[in-house]
Parts: sequence; C-alpha cells; structure tokens
Amino acid sequence: MKILVSIKRVVDYQIRPRPTQDGLDVELSNVKMSINPFDENAVEGAVRLKEAGVASEVVVVAVGTAANQDVLRHALAMGADRAILIETPSVVQPLTAAKYLQAIVGRETPDLVLTGKQAIDDDAAETAQMLAGLLNWSQATFASNIQLADGRATVVREIDGGQETLSLQLPAVISVDLRLNEPRFIKLPALMMAKKKPIETLPAADFAVSAPALTVLQIAEPPARKPGKILNNVAELVAALRAEKVLP
Amino acid sequence: MSVLVIAELDSHGIKAATRSAISAASQLGEEVHLLVTGNDVAGIAIEATKIAGVSKVLHADALAYAHGLAENLTPLLVQLAANYSVLIAAATSFGKNVLPRAAALLDVAMVSEVIQIINATTFVRPMYAGNINATVVAPAGLRILTIRPTVFEAVAATGGAAALETLTATAETGQTTWVSRDLVELDRPELATARVVISGGRSLGSAEGFKSTLTPLADVLGAAIGATRAAVDAGMAPNDSQVGQTGTVVAPELYMAFGVSGAAQHVGGIKDSKVIVAVNIDADAPIFQVADYGLVADLFTVIPELEAALKA
Repeated sequence: MKILVSIKRVVDYQIRPRPTQDGLDVELSNVKMSINPFDENAVEGAVRLKEAGVASEVVVVAVGTAANQDVLRHALAMGADRAILIETPSVVQPLTAAKYLQAIVGRETPDLVLTGKQAIDDDAAETAQMLAGLLNWSQATFASNIQLADGRATVVREIDGGQETLSLQLPAVISVDLRLNEPRFIKLPALMMAKKKPIETLPAADFAVSAPALTVLQIAEPPARKPGKILNNVAELVAALRAEKVLP
Repeated sequence: MSVLVIAELDSHGIKAATRSAISAASQLGEEVHLLVTGNDVAGIAIEATKIAGVSKVLHADALAYAHGLAENLTPLLVQLAANYSVLIAAATSFGKNVLPRAAALLDVAMVSEVIQIINATTFVRPMYAGNINATVVAPAGLRILTIRPTVFEAVAATGGAAALETLTATAETGQTTWVSRDLVELDRPELATARVVISGGRSLGSAEGFKSTLTPLADVLGAAIGATRAAVDAGMAPNDSQVGQTGTVVAPELYMAFGVSGAAQHVGGIKDSKVIVAVNIDADAPIFQVADYGLVADLFTVIPELEAALKA
C-alpha cells in the first residue's frame, strides 16, 4: 500500500506573526519556518504504518515555493521514502493546492492520502476535503486514530463534544488531528540519510491547474485588548474579578 | 436568488450553531432558506419552520443523511447550489467537514470561519489562530462560507413562519459507513465551551504537580483545565488539554493562566476570552501583555490563597 502525505511549510508555531508594511501579507522574510505541526502528525502516522508493515511506501508532497525543500527533507528524515515538490511562485490557496494534489494522485495512484487537519497559517481546514471531493474518494477529517485492513480504513475522528468512528472504503483522504500521535524527534543519522533521498521538483507550469481564489484586501492584527493591570495580592484579584462579574 | 443555510442536527433538533449561521445569513440581505437533512427528521423540519428569519425550509430525508456524512450530503448541495447565491454553515466539525468538499465540486474558493460580514462578497476571517485577521473578497458567483458561531448571535428558535418543501433525496454513495459516536460525558466542563478555564505551564513541574495543584481550584470554580503546549510536550498534561493554535482555541468568560509564559501560539488560542488573568513569577513574561489582571507571584502560593478566598 502506498501512502501520499501532503505537507505545508508555515511560520513556526512559536513565532508571533506580523503583517507586512503594506498590510497585504504576513511577514515571512527572516522568520523561522517549519513543517505545519498537523502535517508532521500525518507524516508520523504514515511512517508508523510503514514500520508496522501495513504500508509499503510513503511519498511526501508539498505545493509551494522552492523553500519547501527544507520541510520535505524534514519529512524524509522522519522516514518518508521520497518527496515531490510542486514548485509554485508563491503560497497557494486551498482549492489550488487541492487541484495540484489531485494531479499528483493521478500520477502516483496512492491508496491513501494523509495530511494535517489544517495549516496553522491560514487555518482554513479545507484542502483535504476539497481533494477528496475532486477525486470522488471517501474522506475523514480530524482523525485521531487510523487502522487499515481489508481495503478499508477505520478512523476515529474528533467531533464537537466527542468522537465518532467511520469505516472508509479505500482509496481515501484523511486529515489528522494532533491527537493521532506524537511525532518522533529526528536524530542526526536520520538527517544524514535523508540527504540521500530524492526530492523531485516539478514546476507548477507543468500542470494545467487553474482555480478561483480569494482576493486579500487587508492583513491586520486584531484590535488590541485594553491594557491590563498588575495587582498586588489575591484579595485585589478576587475583588476585580467579582467587579467584572466573572466570579460569583 | 437566496441564501441557503445547511442545518446541523443533534438529538435535540437543530443545533444553536445553525441559528448563528442563519443570523449571519440574514446580514447578506437576501431571503434565507434552511436545508434540513437526516433520517426520519420530518418533525425537526416542521419545528425548523418556526425559526426566526427563515422564509423556507427544505427537507430531504434519507438513511444516507443520517449521520451527516460528507460523501452523501455533497451531491445534494451541488444539486441545490444552482438556485442559490450563497451556501452557509456554522464552522463546527460538521460544517468544516462537508462544505469544503462541496466547494471543490462546485469550483468555488470558499471562505472558512468568517467572523465578520462586511458586504455580500467581503468577509473577515482569522488566521494564525486569531493573531491575524484577513479581510478577503470572494470571486463573483456562488459564495460558500462557514461562520464562527460564537460571534454571530443565534436567531430565536421560534417566532418564524417558513414554508416547508420536501426534496427528493440523493443516493447513498456507499463510500463511507458510520460506525459509532461517543460524546464525552465530562465530570468537568469541556475546554472549548467552558465558562471558566484555568491552565498551567511547565513550571508546575510534573504530571502529579500539575494535577494536584490545578484540580482543587478547578473544582471550586467549575472550570476546565488547560495546559500549554510545553506542559503537554513535557508529559505533564494530556494532549487534549492543550490550549493554543495547535490545540484548542478557547473563549471563556474567565481565563486564568498559572506559570504560563505567553508563547505566541498559546496567546493566539486565548485572545477571545472575556477576562484574562496571568499569574507568573517573571514580571517580564509576555502573558502579562494580554492579561487584563496580573499577579507577579508564585503560583504555588497564589492558588491555595485563591481557593481559600473563593470558599470563604
């Protein structure tokens, strides 16, 4: 069984994002970038399925600028077998990404596509479902447990207030939650080995992809909270919270 | 043309989040219709005709719609889309699961988790866990939106008088089978919807310390217990208690952070809280910049004092 994992390079989760001067984008220059955390869970999930003998090959794919080489290397160091970069001039929106991924799925014919439940930059949580729709495949979103057997995937997914279990006919697209696993720490030998693994770069122009996109008018920080007050003791705090009517 | 709101049902009927979506839909200045799908839900569809602000309820009944599976629902949405200018659902696990699939089939760039409607095509949505707001314009033609239910006040469940129309259901695709659903019965409130959340960082020291320090105060306050990603990574708190960009985004009336430094990813997840309290021994901790009230003090002395003061 072949598993395709879609990953995205995003501003590291520990960095506070700032709008660019022109207010049309988020500042990305000289900012630490990392693999999208949820995508890292997806890579870990795929590699574990390979280690368990369920999957035979794990291919990672990123849609984005040439800079995505670093997150693809990261995924290779985690244990993915090979990587594909669809090189676009800039970051693409979910529907566009889904269409590129659809093209790669057509070429690679995986049995399963895994990806994070959302990217922590746009927080859209759309790409996996869009891809499943375009392929007319089964889908499961926000997965916290995935079992594969007999051409089906049994998926536990996180829903509001609890969990639900679905049985999917393969091939399928599954987006994963942080709860799926804890991604491994990459050791130096794995990093060295990953340098030898292939990354295939395909220019976006090789694909006949066009998709409608949202126009960004403004990127801004939300209105600031009113300035806070440093209090001296617990009694003052309790009094203040009672005055705010958030404590009885 | 009209706006179609996709209803989400639970055992009690139409969920409140759907009434928030109707409220958002009514801001678009067109007639609002409500789609009610499910298995044996005629009673709920009739009940839905009373919801304020809805002029027509469309009711499609089939076993295939019983559990809200995206594979079975999207063909119906695609079929109905031709008659509508906008499709809307709440950005719940249901809405987020179904609408993007429909959007792809309809070749629409959708707008997810809208927090403000500026006009019929211009919307504000949060990015980077609420650290950034983006104002975006959807292309002409059909628009597909999910809205954040907590920012649009739900319309009344009664007082309306909508027409009722029964639709022919689309077929079961057979791609996915629903197996089971477990809704968590918590002995304390759920993190995402709790009125009070108290959370701790790595300075609580250990899993045992985390639990023994925060639980008694949470009991007094009826609070949910959250944790920073650092505390979760250090094994002090369970994964599902993680508050922040990569965990649960919370918006309680009262958020209290004990020994939390205030990393960007954590702050992103608590910004919509009404009142934020920070207790940290380090006066320079960034958490104080977002806190409404701060105590520069040791959490291990503050927490017992707070408990005593609240019990008194």
